[in-house]
Amino acid sequence: MKKQVPLLREFTKGLWEINPTFKQILGMCPTLAVTVSAINGIAMALATTFVLVFSSLMISLVRKLIPNQVRIASYIVIIATFVTIVDLVMKAQFVELSKALGPFIPLIVVNCIILGRAEAFASKNGPLRSVLDALGNGAGFFISLFVLGSIREIIGSRTILGYQVLPNGFEPWLIMILPAGAFLALGLLMGFANLYIERKKNLVRESLIAQYKRVGREEITDEVLKEAGV
Amino acid sequence: MKQISLIVATLTIIGIIAGGSLSLVNNWAAPKIALNLKAETERAIFLVHPDGKRYEEIKNAGLEVYKVFNEKDSSVGYSLVYDGNGFQGNIKLMIGLTNDLNRTTSIEILEQSETPGLGTKILEAPYKDQFNGLEVNPSIILVKGAEPSNPNEVQSITGATISSKAVVAIVNEGITKLKDIENKGASE
Repeated sequence: MKKQVPLLREFTKGLWEINPTFKQILGMCPTLAVTVSAINGIAMALATTFVLVFSSLMISLVRKLIPNQVRIASYIVIIATFVTIVDLVMKAQFVELSKALGPFIPLIVVNCIILGRAEAFASKNGPLRSVLDALGNGAGFFISLFVLGSIREIIGSRTILGYQVLPNGFEPWLIMILPAGAFLALGLLMGFANLYIERKKNLVRESLIAQYKRVGREEITDEVLKEAGV
Repeated sequence: MKQISLIVATLTIIGIIAGGSLSLVNNWAAPKIALNLKAETERAIFLVHPDGKRYEEIKNAGLEVYKVFNEKDSSVGYSLVYDGNGFQGNIKLMIGLTNDLNRTTSIEILEQSETPGLGTKILEAPYKDQFNGLEVNPSIILVKGAEPSNPNEVQSITGATISSKAVVAIVNEGITKLKDIENKGASE
């Protein structure tokens, strides 16, 4: 029996620890393509989260009934069903958003976050944990897309969620709303995220070494450091 | 053998459930989607003919073209949907034309995927409004740099020549096609 983690952890781990964009580096295609504005990022993340939650729930419910050989095929059919539902609902109720996101809604089917969570989590855990895990990952995806979309919108078109925040004197950087700007912004964000993680790790490491010295222990070994997760 | 039938049964059941639920959703969504599309076309038809109140689709034309009538039920002209290649993708236009097909009333861009900030200036008034009451005979001509000096000239957008050219080409081609159909209809 594996160690049971608290229920809340299943949700919170998706926010940063295994953030789909910055840690798992999954779902890059929609991340780069739709984040020309904050609202597009929000809509994409909500649509993806909806599909993620419901397909995780379904997959977790039927996980013991599906023969191992056809599990991927079954997952894809389940995911595709929910994606088609989202696509139809958006076309019927949210025409403008559906137009803005265009072909990227049907493409949620092949978003690796969803199949990734299905394969790595929902197929091994109960419905409650799977839904929490899906919500956490969806929220993590939401945060990434919103941050990226906001940065690109502010610099690229001077607005955020349609409200102007930079003065007219600021000439918008057109490159930020072009595909190249997506790569630049995402690359820099990831770089800063990694820098932050490295610095935090180093701090923990140094304090650990200092602690060892104080109690007069021998040289700190690699095993001890590994155990502390640094 | 038992394994295979289990696999087949599983996939079949999943397929049936998925198909069934999708048809339910589609039953609800399809009429709404059709309504949205119709409302959008309608809106665009009257955008290029603001005094239009009623429209009639011209059937068997091989083109998507509508005859627009005002509140006194006399014809104010045509609304023509025509598309062609832009810089990056398709540009779809709604072109408003007078009854004699000699002038455009205005144009509206229905779909485009031009470069944001450059090509997308075709959506903005300084360029688009040049098509308000523009002479189309013998054809619309795009001028660069200089101010338009003839009634059938349109000034190109700096930095987006290809997009500007594309819109003019689409309008010209659409009008030519429509004129051909009209001539044929008259001779028959």
